[in-house]
Amino acid sequence: MSMVFDGAGTRTWKRFTPRQRIARFAIYLALVAGIVASARSVEVIPEFLIDAPAQMQDLFKRMWPIAWAHYPRGVHDSLVETLHIATLGTILAVAMALPVGVMAAHNVVPFKPLNYLAKLILVASRSVNSLVWALLFVAIFGPGALAGTLAIAFRSIGFVGKLFGEALEESHRGTIEALEASGAPWRSRFAWGYWPQVEPAFWSIALFRWDINVRESAVLGLVGAGGIGMALDTAMNLFQWDRVAMVLFAIFAVVVIAEIAVTQIRKRIL
Amino acid sequence: MIAPRWGFRLGWVALAAYVAYALARLDFSWPRFVTGLDNGARFIARMIPPRIAQPDSLANGLLESLQIAVLASFIGILIALPIGLLAARNLMPPWVSWPARALIALARSFHPVIVAIVFVKAVGFGAIAGICALVVGSVGFIGKLFAEAIEEISLKQVEAVRATGASFLNVITFGVMPQVFGRFIGFATYQLDSNLRNSTMVGIVGAGGIGGTLFSAFQRFDYDFVAAILLSIIGLIFAGEVLAAWVRGVFLARGKVEEE
Amino acid sequence: MSRLAPEGTPGGGSALAVRGLVKEYVRGKRVLDGIDLEFAPAGLTAVIGPSGTGKSTLLRCVNRLVDPTAGEILFGGRDIARLHGRELREARREIGMVFQEYNLVERLTVMENLLSGRLGYVPAFKAWLRRFPPADIDRAFELLDQVGLAGFANQRADALSGGQRQRVGIARAVMQQPRLLLADEPTSSLDPKTSVEIMELMRNVGREHRLAVIVNMHDVELARRFADRIVGMSLGKVVYDGPPAGLTDPQLRSIYGGESWLA
Repeated sequence: MSMVFDGAGTRTWKRFTPRQRIARFAIYLALVAGIVASARSVEVIPEFLIDAPAQMQDLFKRMWPIAWAHYPRGVHDSLVETLHIATLGTILAVAMALPVGVMAAHNVVPFKPLNYLAKLILVASRSVNSLVWALLFVAIFGPGALAGTLAIAFRSIGFVGKLFGEALEESHRGTIEALEASGAPWRSRFAWGYWPQVEPAFWSIALFRWDINVRESAVLGLVGAGGIGMALDTAMNLFQWDRVAMVLFAIFAVVVIAEIAVTQIRKRIL
Repeated sequence: MIAPRWGFRLGWVALAAYVAYALARLDFSWPRFVTGLDNGARFIARMIPPRIAQPDSLANGLLESLQIAVLASFIGILIALPIGLLAARNLMPPWVSWPARALIALARSFHPVIVAIVFVKAVGFGAIAGICALVVGSVGFIGKLFAEAIEEISLKQVEAVRATGASFLNVITFGVMPQVFGRFIGFATYQLDSNLRNSTMVGIVGAGGIGGTLFSAFQRFDYDFVAAILLSIIGLIFAGEVLAAWVRGVFLARGKVEEE
Repeated sequence: MSRLAPEGTPGGGSALAVRGLVKEYVRGKRVLDGIDLEFAPAGLTAVIGPSGTGKSTLLRCVNRLVDPTAGEILFGGRDIARLHGRELREARREIGMVFQEYNLVERLTVMENLLSGRLGYVPAFKAWLRRFPPADIDRAFELLDQVGLAGFANQRADALSGGQRQRVGIARAVMQQPRLLLADEPTSSLDPKTSVEIMELMRNVGREHRLAVIVNMHDVELARRFADRIVGMSLGKVVYDGPPAGLTDPQLRSIYGGESWLA
């Protein structure tokens, strides 16, 4: 912010310093330019747009009534498989993310190259979407739940590791300094100094990621990685929209239940 | 911390039991896994060195993904802000806040890929479907967090501004906005990153962006091109995160502001 | 039990007249039980009484932060209790308020907090862009000097001490160019020395800008020292209304009840 005395001696007031103003203006300009450029070059086929409401109406008409009967045979097992994929994937991810997250925290591991390596792993992990990871693992391990579980796991490492690393970097120095002063080795410093502080955050992050993973696991089947996505894919390919609706509803229900479960668990533990 | 040791141990045992059970249910078998590893090694060999087989396709795909992310974030934020404000229970009466909250919850319920499939059916293949799908996701995410941020503000500050005779808009501008702006920038930049990530993926179902390029490369077994595409995606998203961090730095001045 | 301001205060006619004010938060339980008071256009009035006796409610009814159940509040020739929308906001512009917990917008700077006192006059778009009239900015700087915070214009409000924040609160209220200044326990969150400074500031500001000042407080000594007139409330009614000199121990007992705290 700046105060300037002009010639007449009256004081003026501006909200931001010139440097701040330039930075903010640059951002706004870039934003507007980006938006305009994007809007102009995006292909819009007018016929499709005009047709859109009719198309959506047609789609919803075909989805109703929902094929409830399809559930026991076609949907239930896949749904359970989806939950297993999500849970197993999260457990695996957490196990792998813990060391990487620790490695990324510069106060716990004060060794720059390791920090960078860890951060690189984490960025790579979360930049690749779980669906893309699934494609990869389907190509390696063949279609099925194994590919799906690994896809969930590898995607989640980035998420869990980043948040966990940040939680570690924000912990208070006090206890740790005391432990250092008493000559405790690194392992003890971690177990007794850092871990007690970050434990609540750890469970919170794990729970949060599990919740997201339930959503993610549901669609992996679209590329053949197991779970209910495969039922979805089958039904869509056969244009059986009422079964598609059933699957979507099942996914919705499972996601809602998972959210409720997470909220309840949070209340108990945190 | 020392006391409930046995409960702790029980937890670990339960975990191990579950893992074994789940692996069995998922048809996991050790031989299959080993074959897979072998496969994997061969796979990685084919991916290295990464080769940009079709530079035009790659560039266009990346650009389109970027456009989808930018437009979806912009439109999503524009729509989410008023809806989030309406959903704030401390400022709005229930008959306003409940429908708004329901709308936001609905927007969050479905995975972007599923929403993208629906939009592809509605508006055809291409970036428009991707943008619409990500707008829905953005409204859900930003609407929820914005409403939560408003619900956590101190109403005392709002009361003081009201007492000066300020209009409703002025009360929002001076009483509410300053309290939520910081958090808003935080989750707006997060959503931009998230949209960037998702925009690289909706192409797999035909909603535009580099996902389409990636998928066709997969289907042609062009694994070295796949590697190149993956690396460029990682680079794009990393750049996005760095940019987001810088924007946060510019807008979130902490503590005392310097006098010139 | 109504009395006009004691002799010696300039000006005739009242700035604010409260007639038969009643407030029930819960049906049947009256927090304000028929208040009749008149306030002259100048002078500092202290309202004292035990907690829960309606002092804060009385003040908040005047600027309609709380809606009265019954009664009239006559200010500027109009009954505030009946106003809505734009008219209410116009009336509020003329009434400045200082709060116990300062109620500054913490994340904004001192200057922005001062300027927020003009929000009743500035259109939304200009307020958003922070384009306030130069006259307002000049006045803001003058007020900052007056309250002893010269040079603090660009500090964020949450970087200030309690006493400093309250000074900003007072300056913000005076920025409205009001005719009436309400203060709801302005010193209750401050240490004794700072409390005296703030009371001095309010008295001086009231004199210099010719405002009627009404202050809620529970520190009787401070009230005695700085007020031109004291209104004592008990159980929602006015039980004392007169100069500080007339506030004897029996009077205090009738306001606060009990013997032990007086000894």
